[in-house]
Amino acid sequence: MMPTATAKPSTQTAPWTKKDLLGLRELSAGEIRLLLQTAESFREISLRPIKKVPTLRGKTVVNLFFEPSTRTRTSFELAAKRLSADIVNIATQSSSLSKGETILDTVKNLEALKVDVLVIRHAAAGVPHLIARHATSSVINAGDGSHEHPTQALLDLFTIQERKGRLEGLNVSIIGDIAHSRVARSDIWGLTKLGARVTVCGPPTLMPPQIEQLGAPGAGGAGVRVTHNVDAAIRDADVLMLLRIQHERQESMLVPSLREYRLRYGIDRDRLKGAKPGLLIMHPGPVNRGVELDSAVADGPFSVILDQVTNGLAVRMAVLYLVSGAPKGDEDEG
Amino acid sequence: MIAFREKAKVMDAEALRRTVVRIAHEILEHRKGTGQLALVGIRTRGAILAQRLAKAIETIDGRAVPVGILDITLYRDDLSRVAPNPVVHATEIPFDVDDLHLVLVDDVLFTGRTIRAALNALSDLGRPKTIQLAVLVDRGHRELPIRADYVGKNIPTHLREHIEVRFNELDEAEEVVIEEPAANGGAA
Repeated sequence: MMPTATAKPSTQTAPWTKKDLLGLRELSAGEIRLLLQTAESFREISLRPIKKVPTLRGKTVVNLFFEPSTRTRTSFELAAKRLSADIVNIATQSSSLSKGETILDTVKNLEALKVDVLVIRHAAAGVPHLIARHATSSVINAGDGSHEHPTQALLDLFTIQERKGRLEGLNVSIIGDIAHSRVARSDIWGLTKLGARVTVCGPPTLMPPQIEQLGAPGAGGAGVRVTHNVDAAIRDADVLMLLRIQHERQESMLVPSLREYRLRYGIDRDRLKGAKPGLLIMHPGPVNRGVELDSAVADGPFSVILDQVTNGLAVRMAVLYLVSGAPKGDEDEG
Repeated sequence: MIAFREKAKVMDAEALRRTVVRIAHEILEHRKGTGQLALVGIRTRGAILAQRLAKAIETIDGRAVPVGILDITLYRDDLSRVAPNPVVHATEIPFDVDDLHLVLVDDVLFTGRTIRAALNALSDLGRPKTIQLAVLVDRGHRELPIRADYVGKNIPTHLREHIEVRFNELDEAEEVVIEEPAANGGAA
């Protein structure tokens, strides 16, 4: 191994020129740093007595959610409102999509109403990308299938950086249902691009093949380390990210039972005895208390789960601000 | 990009230092001391200037004055006209502005649009008793009904010219210069 005497600046940001935010895979380390730095500046606004700035006055943001969501949708809604944008919420249950309209027709109709930003969540991977190719308005991916959830990963990066002062060289272990997690994929891209080392841990049935090749090449060469042993994932970790185990996984027999999952992979206080001091416990929510995470840990001193929620608002304000300022119209696809 | 070249140096380090001391005296004279007084500098050079003014006031009066930093990017009226959006920095005002006598500090007063944005930003933070404006240079060409209460130097300029304020903290120089377009400098 080479000695770690690298003098390259890790605070370099790159200007934002993208119309859309589709995933962290498409972003450079400099663009991710700019997003994090901008979010830092926006955080103070939510601490004011008047939590509002006029920046996006006159812009219209549409939350177009084809999948149920409370926290992400609310976070985007408040972010838009604190920037003085107007926001419309469309849930598929109440829209013409249930009458058979295609997604692109829905988008074309919204664009005919002169909206500026579309925030899209869909159960299928790639839908925001498809829409972005056909829309002149900005598209923000709020989660597409098991593919990416960039704003969640950005708020994770932000929270780690806030607590640890850096991302470079940290060991981050992601534990749980890696196969079905868009959060894990976006986190792997973001963390590896900013120089953190990522370990993924979970039952073999919930571990996608070739996951170790995902992400930017790290200091050690490989992208991601894979383990099925949760104690090994905890041992060197500076950060533990727990993922939600969905009850459907038990029904589809990927996990024998939630009780067995808890015994093998659940995080409780005993399991953290050998952990590094200052370990951070993170979870994208909603938490299955007593399955992937015990209440004593979720509410314990290492937990930054609610910081993640607070920071998510600042991150989404930053994303709305930056995509709104990007040049619009006939751009080439990158 | 048009290249600019230096036309004249209008202030050197010593003139800058004396001007800051004079404005500090004027503020103290007008406010009759430092009671309920606070300075708010507009990023980036206004913030440096506010720090210097606070230091000068403390030297003269023996009492520290709170200083805040205001970033007006989010209040600009030209956001939809510049792309990409400018980088946002944090506003750091570590005191409650309600009922204070604020002095807003900036380096150059030009169109007045920055000050308009700053006034809106301040009113979102609370309700100061009064707001006054201190600037190092007033170069004219106002586009809004705004004037400064404390002026370091009035410098009549042409619209095409630039005023460059350089502070050691950022620029490794301590001066104010007028610059003009280099391309047809003689044809003006």
